[in-house]
Amino acid sequence: MDTPRWKCPMMARRGAAFRYLFALALPLFLAGCQGAGTLNSIASNVLNTKNIESIKKSYTAVSKTFEDFTPEQEYYVGRTVGAVILQGYKPLDDRAANRYINQIGQMLARVSDAPGTFGGYHFLILDSDEINAFAAPGGLIFVTRGILRCCDNEAAVAAVLAHEIGHVQYKHGLQAIKKSRITSAITTLGIEGAKVFGGGRLSQLTSTFEDAISDVTGTLIHNGYSRGFERAADAAAVTILERVGYDPNSLVEMLEVMEKRLKPGGLDFARTHPSPRSRIENILTNIDRDDAVSTTQARRERFQRYLASI
Amino acid sequence: MKRAGIFILIGILCFFLPFPSDARGERFMSVQIRNGVVRSTPTFFGEVVATASYGDRVILRGERGAWKSVTLQSKWATGWMHESALTKKEIVLRAGASDVRVGASSDEIAIAGKGFNTEVEEEFKRKNRDIDFTWVDRMEQVTFSEEELLRFLREGELSVPGEGQ
Repeated sequence: MDTPRWKCPMMARRGAAFRYLFALALPLFLAGCQGAGTLNSIASNVLNTKNIESIKKSYTAVSKTFEDFTPEQEYYVGRTVGAVILQGYKPLDDRAANRYINQIGQMLARVSDAPGTFGGYHFLILDSDEINAFAAPGGLIFVTRGILRCCDNEAAVAAVLAHEIGHVQYKHGLQAIKKSRITSAITTLGIEGAKVFGGGRLSQLTSTFEDAISDVTGTLIHNGYSRGFERAADAAAVTILERVGYDPNSLVEMLEVMEKRLKPGGLDFARTHPSPRSRIENILTNIDRDDAVSTTQARRERFQRYLASI
Repeated sequence: MKRAGIFILIGILCFFLPFPSDARGERFMSVQIRNGVVRSTPTFFGEVVATASYGDRVILRGERGAWKSVTLQSKWATGWMHESALTKKEIVLRAGASDVRVGASSDEIAIAGKGFNTEVEEEFKRKNRDIDFTWVDRMEQVTFSEEELLRFLREGELSVPGEGQ
């Protein structure tokens, strides 16, 4: 995604006019950089300069496109995307296991660069052998039993969840929605928002909403994100893991297990994600590979207690 | 020299534009999430000074990294909020028709419930009765207190991130 470039005709002039423009533009530039500052802080430890620039361009463009799309609207999109995902997958009705992944996930989301979503982050295990995970906009995150079985310890579970939090942080799900629908929702149809729209408008807006949900679920379930988005989510995951002291090698370790278990041509991660090997290679350009992920007795015990039997 | 002065003045004014300010020059932001938290330090697990609701106004005092130093107007509590919880726009919770019209195109006002909202979700449910929201509602009920999350971190011998992140 390219950032639109602003060209000022007066830039051709020299001398004083340039200085005046500089005085005018600098504060605006600084104000515009407030969001990018956060991105810099995420990325600086885990990405090379080229990657940082590329993600910054996308981030700026996304911020602009979705500027008027409020977290409240993102929340309603996410809820319905979640309900549609649950139409195809049965939830695992295991209160203790779901509580455990929520504790890990909510702690990780707290230290992400987007700890504040409208409705918060919530996690659910899907009762499926398929190796898969989904992040609905706004912070509803779903992981299958299959992907959790690729995790040998708590840090690996944290790595899976942190990757999905990365997708939420960068609004990757929302970006699957065609811009025309966003525009409809926030202007033409949104103008009659709140309690003032009539039946016709509501029906039209709901129809746009259905199309938007279809855009997101189509990407999440069938097509997958771009390799760039997956790389960005992996980079965010490494940063998040490091912030609370999980070994980021846990992400590599989990991908190595996944690589052995994924069936070529399968309908799960194999279809919607880049190969685990290519993700590992990319992650290892930014972290040092350890032979074994360190853990503690307490972490080992709680992982065994809540997830060993699933 | 006069022209230079005018341009510099415009530049200074533009610096304050991104944050709406009142007659006293105070800059405001609004809480854009349902459950906002004001902390004593600019850290993810800093002590909670006050809780903030959707649409609450804060006065901006300063910033450090992704954290804004604010005073929450409704409780007159001062502390730090993460930038992801805040917007420069004023959020109008109970909008009249004129507010809605202005809010649709304004850079300064956001209308709560504009566009995709609870009514749209209800209409979607009516049209798609096979899609069940029960587990989505259940998911949202799983939350933890500050103490529970901190205990989980400490029991696992994990670290509590420091200042300025």
